[in-house]
Amino acid sequence: MKYLGWDELLPGAILFSFKEDLDKDASYILPEERPYAETNSHEAYVGDWRVMKPVYNRDLCIDCQFCWVYCPDVSIISRDKKMIGVDYDHCKGCGICVEVCPTNPKSLLMFEERIPNEEALAKWPEKE
Amino acid sequence: MAEKMELNEVEVWDGNMAASQALRQAQIDVVAAYPITPSTPVVQNYGSFLANGYIDGEFVMVESEHAAMSGCVGAAAAGGRVATATSSQGFALMAEVLYQASGMRLPIVLVVVNRALAAPLNVNGDHSDMYMGRDSGWIQLDAFNAQEAYDLTLMAFKIGEDPEIRLPVMSHQDGFITSHTAENVRPLSDDEAYEFIGEYPMVNAMLDLAKPVTYGVQTEEDWHFEHKARQHHDLMTKVFGKVDEVFDAFEKKTGRKYNIVEKYDMDDAEVAIVALGTTVDTAKYVADNLRKTKGIKAGVVAPRLFRPWPHEQMMEALSGVKAVACLDRSSPNGAFGMLFNEVSATMYQSDNHPVITNYIYGLGGRDFTVEHAEEIYSELVANAEAGKPTTPLQQFIGLRGPKLSFY
Repeated sequence: MKYLGWDELLPGAILFSFKEDLDKDASYILPEERPYAETNSHEAYVGDWRVMKPVYNRDLCIDCQFCWVYCPDVSIISRDKKMIGVDYDHCKGCGICVEVCPTNPKSLLMFEERIPNEEALAKWPEKE
Repeated sequence: MAEKMELNEVEVWDGNMAASQALRQAQIDVVAAYPITPSTPVVQNYGSFLANGYIDGEFVMVESEHAAMSGCVGAAAAGGRVATATSSQGFALMAEVLYQASGMRLPIVLVVVNRALAAPLNVNGDHSDMYMGRDSGWIQLDAFNAQEAYDLTLMAFKIGEDPEIRLPVMSHQDGFITSHTAENVRPLSDDEAYEFIGEYPMVNAMLDLAKPVTYGVQTEEDWHFEHKARQHHDLMTKVFGKVDEVFDAFEKKTGRKYNIVEKYDMDDAEVAIVALGTTVDTAKYVADNLRKTKGIKAGVVAPRLFRPWPHEQMMEALSGVKAVACLDRSSPNGAFGMLFNEVSATMYQSDNHPVITNYIYGLGGRDFTVEHAEEIYSELVANAEAGKPTTPLQQFIGLRGPKLSFY
């Protein structure tokens, strides 16, 4: 990323979120289609802050959206109320999504960062 | 749509009610507040107005003053007109967020009902909290009575929100003596007041969803210094002209004249008291009496605008005097008082070099009496005649026990 020069920020050290002005409210545009500016935190990879990661199990999920609502860093990806997965570029591994997941067994579980997701899914616990 | 309130030409309001009414008339979008004596009634009255249908905006009840100012920062960044009120310990708890507000150039209005800072715990008025805010990057205006608290709180919006300025503004008044004393106040009607302030000029709003922005970036050594320098530059060069402009417009509307530095009997004054808050009115009364009874050419100078510091206006106001007493109502805790330091620095650059002395007074709400002011003026007369200080440079006045003075 190109670093901004000392005279390129607006007063208040404000950054515009998009490369260009939108012709409509950004909430009507899917995140993957928004013209994020380089300086937008959406473009920054902070996945390496994580020690444990949440792994998502589609087979058990009931799409209740609890994880999407509770995630403090907008790192649960959901489209049309269907859960898709975890945004590992931004997830900090706090585990709140796992905590609020209501299924039995849970559809999201924390695993060590080094364990591949396929391996994690293979050793998913049984219903209690 | 909010109800309008029918106001009398002259209302009997205390300083808190005066501030509440100014906030109501400003049609604020968000007030996030936490109560603390003596500013509690400002937001309590505001809450009543809201409950009775006189306000359309949001009132957010928070768990602390830190949260109150944080809520204000968020709402202002989102793109709304925002205000709150506090005092003393609450002000201290806001301190961290005050710098966020000014650094992000968010024109929040903060009504500060001045009160002493603990310990020992004390709910009465002194200027410790006002002084604490002086490096926070806010514009600070000081009212000496309830009418001025109303007027200045209204004007605070117009000054801070100007797109050229975009800085938060504190409207100060003295705890209890102003905030809880009912006085005659001449308000504007709701329509006149709102017309005077105008609609909120939204700039770079986070919730402008077609052009949203990010607030609160990290800059480090590459940018921080330049950013702070630009803010200081705007405080030093843009604010004075804007304040004059708003004061002029207000005079045209109401006939009430405000000045960046207020002067009383200064045309031929040889001795002057420089003070803030309700003390100004006491000093004016005494100066008047001394002129009539003893022929002492006494005057009073008071910075209406406390930050940014009105260097040129203060120099001009004191250009003819021989002796000046700077009265500080805040414990300087190991230095001269702030007014003494600022006035001394200003007058060192002047052609006129009056004898300047410092008085610490009124801490924790201790009365500043007519006798105290008379004593100060008589010491000033002696200093003026001697051409040098005849007293220690710093004296505590109104303090029990042995006299306390330094240098």
